[in-house]
Amino acid sequence: MTPGGKEPEMTFINLDHISSNPLLPEVKAAMIEAIQADYANPSSQHTPGEKSAALLEKAREQVAGLLNAAAPKEVVFTSGGTEANNHAIKGVALANAAKGRHIISTNIEHNSVIRSLKRLQSQDFQITSIPVDESGRVNPADVADAIRDDTILVSVMHSNNETGTIQPIEEIGEITRKNKVIFHCDAVDSVGIVPVDVQKLNVDLLSFAANPFYGPTGVGGLYIRRGTRIFPILDGGVQEGNKRAGTENLIGIIGMGVAAEVAKRDLELRVAHLSGLKKKFLQELPKFVDECIINTHPEHSLPNLVSVSPRYIEGESVMLMLDDEQIAVSTRSACATGSLRASHVLLSIGLSHADAQGTLVIAFGVDNTEADVDTFLEALRKTVKTLRDISPLYQKMHGVG
Amino acid sequence: MMYSKTVMDHFRNPRNVGVIENANGVGEVGNPLCGDMMTIYLDIQDDVIKDIKFQTFGCGSAIAVSSMLTELAKGKTVAEASLISNKDVAEALEGLPKNKMHCSNLGADALHMAIQDYKERLAGTKRAEPERVEVREHDHKGKCYCPYCDIEIKIGARFCEACQSELDEEH
Repeated sequence: MTPGGKEPEMTFINLDHISSNPLLPEVKAAMIEAIQADYANPSSQHTPGEKSAALLEKAREQVAGLLNAAAPKEVVFTSGGTEANNHAIKGVALANAAKGRHIISTNIEHNSVIRSLKRLQSQDFQITSIPVDESGRVNPADVADAIRDDTILVSVMHSNNETGTIQPIEEIGEITRKNKVIFHCDAVDSVGIVPVDVQKLNVDLLSFAANPFYGPTGVGGLYIRRGTRIFPILDGGVQEGNKRAGTENLIGIIGMGVAAEVAKRDLELRVAHLSGLKKKFLQELPKFVDECIINTHPEHSLPNLVSVSPRYIEGESVMLMLDDEQIAVSTRSACATGSLRASHVLLSIGLSHADAQGTLVIAFGVDNTEADVDTFLEALRKTVKTLRDISPLYQKMHGVG
Repeated sequence: MMYSKTVMDHFRNPRNVGVIENANGVGEVGNPLCGDMMTIYLDIQDDVIKDIKFQTFGCGSAIAVSSMLTELAKGKTVAEASLISNKDVAEALEGLPKNKMHCSNLGADALHMAIQDYKERLAGTKRAEPERVEVREHDHKGKCYCPYCDIEIKIGARFCEACQSELDEEH
């Protein structure tokens, strides 16, 4: 048995938990029950409505518990991480524009942050984007240096979805607090995977989504510390304490609440299980594939994620060949994205275009076993060999043949 | 799956992979945007492509394109092979995804370079070392097309209205 609570499926090995996660059995059961029960609108004052409102607030308590929020009402439900990031950035900018128009962020944020900032830039906000070092980490001193009198917001992600590297959020939070600047943290890939404590981290705003901790997609939230000046970005009804209009996605939120409760309960178990798989993979990888670049920080990184670039080959080809071997992985090759652009994150940490092209993101989940790692390593050895045999880059480095 | 059955067949079982040791024509193209690289080796005897082999660094479609190209060119005369276009290769593969037409469909370019190399060697005007040619995404005589959705755009545009893509300075 795995911490996922079921026997692993033998057919397809999922090592792409950064893209999507299966629902926990408990989550499925709660959501099915919610669907069957035909719950009413939580804003309605009649008895069925109040019953729904109670379920909504129970889920809020469960999520607040996972984040260690001071009060459940600091948790605002959204449609997921993207909305939460848009809300945090645009909402703070709109509410504080009279005070200043300068925002600080980093070069490796998720597109929902980067593009929100670009949108603001076109509306006369000024953005300072801080680079990361080769290990993918931000130096908190750089944040301190970038703060100006008109700085209204600092936004730094907790962990990066491409490299798994975790940022020094607590230290940055001390700096923003001292300078009285609002601090937002995109923790979508961390919440439920590693301990995320909004008190300890000194954050004012923190984005999260349910799916990374085995809840449903389409649900997430924004932690808003009491007293933080922020406008809603969806205007309408008075749901979510006037912070996010629209009838709540109760079925999804109930699922997220259960997933949050299980995540809090099982967090230590999960970290031990996942970091065990990651350690095994990293230790044994050199026996199967040589000349790999590991893009994940050896110490400050998610327990479930490894970014690895086997050199001289391209990632989409690897992904397709592993798919034939019934193994799902993710690639950061530009060729596998609609935009055909090399990953800004991988270029930021100093990878060449060719090496970025070969980058795979291996994300273990609670349903994976050590046997999965063995199967994967053998399949990867075969795949990399096949592709290197036809690679002109490999030939140039190693001579004919 | 975004690729046709023929593309996947050529990706899974690429034809004519490798190097011809004593090739009398070699062509290499690279794409600076996404890093694809393709080398074509020719063995031309009596004006006919007797053997052709390739090496490719690239995505599924880049490998399939190389493989299909070698099948189309093998056995053809130099003049016939010179007429093979990137479009012919894409059609033989039952189509490629639109966003891959520009970056991975370089096979015919590599073949034409290899033929050029062969002709130069024959004429004794051969350069010492063949230069690696970097194919720009756009070489459309005065017109410009979005590298992501292929729609016509203004020269120098930084944003494609049709597919909402931001564009590099050179396109």
